[in-house]
Amino acid sequence: MFEKPLGMRDTLPDLFETKHKTRTLIGDEIRKWGYQFIETPALEYYETVGVASAILDQQLFKLLDQQGHTLVLRPDMTSPIARVAASKLLQEDMPIRLAYSANVYRSQQREGGRPAEFEQIGVECIGDSTISADSEGIALLIHSLHETGLESFQLSVGHIGFVKEFFIDILGTEERVNALTTFLYEKNYVGYREHVKQLTLSSIDKQRLLDFLSLRGGEEVIEAASRLLENDKGKKALAELKQLWETLSDYGESGKRVKFDLTLVSHMTYYTGIVFEVYADHVGFPIASGGRYDLLLQKFGKEAGATGFAIRLDRLLEALGKIESREPVQCILFSAERRKEAFLLAVEKRKEGIKVVLQDINGVNNLDACSDLYESVTLLVGKAGKESSQ
Amino acid sequence: MKEPLTIAMPKGRIFEEAASLLREAGFKLPPEFDDSRKLIIDVEEENFRFILAKPMDVPTYVEHGVADLGIAGKDVMLEEDRDVYELLDLHISKCHLAVAGLPNTKMNDVAPKIATKYPHVAAAYFRKQGEQVEIIKLNGSIELAPMIGLADRIVDIVSTGRTLVENGLVEYEHIVDITSRLIVNPVSYRMKDERISELVDRIADVLKKETIV
Repeated sequence: MFEKPLGMRDTLPDLFETKHKTRTLIGDEIRKWGYQFIETPALEYYETVGVASAILDQQLFKLLDQQGHTLVLRPDMTSPIARVAASKLLQEDMPIRLAYSANVYRSQQREGGRPAEFEQIGVECIGDSTISADSEGIALLIHSLHETGLESFQLSVGHIGFVKEFFIDILGTEERVNALTTFLYEKNYVGYREHVKQLTLSSIDKQRLLDFLSLRGGEEVIEAASRLLENDKGKKALAELKQLWETLSDYGESGKRVKFDLTLVSHMTYYTGIVFEVYADHVGFPIASGGRYDLLLQKFGKEAGATGFAIRLDRLLEALGKIESREPVQCILFSAERRKEAFLLAVEKRKEGIKVVLQDINGVNNLDACSDLYESVTLLVGKAGKESSQ
Repeated sequence: MKEPLTIAMPKGRIFEEAASLLREAGFKLPPEFDDSRKLIIDVEEENFRFILAKPMDVPTYVEHGVADLGIAGKDVMLEEDRDVYELLDLHISKCHLAVAGLPNTKMNDVAPKIATKYPHVAAAYFRKQGEQVEIIKLNGSIELAPMIGLADRIVDIVSTGRTLVENGLVEYEHIVDITSRLIVNPVSYRMKDERISELVDRIADVLKKETIV
């Protein structure tokens, strides 16, 4: 056995075909919405993209170039695209719609079961701060997933702005907010409740903090949330969610697939507004995620609102659960004297869209194995005129 | 019929208490549940599937989503640091993590050695104390380590303290209190939220009653 580095995987033909088909379905949908695909390099400077990315430092693959600069294998696509958009594409005051399908790299320390290199397909809409842009992203994501044939999935929407306002409103200082929201980020609700109990706050405020954890469900959540938080910035966030809900209804997508979950916070620290994750049956991790990141472009010297999403292709395939069986391929076995005849036959068949392997019979040791492998085998052996098919 | 809710249960110490808590919450669990050697037990009436795992592995099953829920000790949660929701403190299997060693001994100045089943917890604890220690990972009978000179101290679970006493060890420091927790996979928490909420509410009701009494 020749070992691979931890988390690195091969893609063999059947899986490759499946990936290719799913990627094409999603890509076609994304193109139909006018997004343009781009590519960026796999290696970026640590100082810029590495730092701007929200992926933990210990998950970055780092290396040195010949001058001793630290490079990273891109851990996500949002930061590189922000770099390109800020430095090249975003010239006029017009929103741009970009898309990508690319491998990203995150080293895994703990154990197997998680790839360190995986493909993300996603879009970024840069320079548009309207809720319409958020809705478009979510609607496109749902449409793309539909195209792949995925049936059972759910999208949860939260709002980082609301979370920030809610906690600062009750707790007052950044320090106290961080102490409590750490539990939220760690998903440790037991610790969260215990921490709330120990705070010096009125019992009403304590109850507000506890009630926050149940802000999950349909449209009614906005109502419940507005009872918990009445300051203006918080209201603005809720108004955005309400508008999102209405816009998605226009797309015909609210309710069925979309739920609110205001407890949703992301480890991707660059998010500033609406955030979302997609879950599917039989996959223990989100298959897609995204959100608004209005401050990321600043790190590359431009002021621009932006939103986007990324689909984890490997997890989506796990949710789809089917590996495409190989498409039928025919085989023409020939001997030297009939090579030309075989070649012409192959050209004919390929024109019709049939996949044909042209194989010199002298290269085959086991004819039975050969006929097992292909849909049909045409033998063009010996003197001309004798064609036999199996 | 909808697909069952899969619950990872820890074998051993915590199992009985966890099972009786579920029964108190009104879930019908079959009598063979307690002394079965099976690793997967389906309870069709409740549409539950229980998997019986090593306590240390419960958060792993839940994080990977092959179990929707699990019952795990806080000690395991601290050690494993998995991306799962910790929804309820079940207040069962109370104990604490402690530093223990032979009486009247000091830690080696140059390279104090700590034997433990919880290398991450132990390392984090001593780092916080500003002490640089060397961790030796053991899988059980940790008390042996100081007795035969493998380590200066151990970090381990203490419930009654009897094991320490019987082996001539004393507790030096109390690290953190431990109880069992109900944990949930983040995807299940959303995809199966109604069933999970119902289960959580029923258990929470039992816990509330007990604290009132």
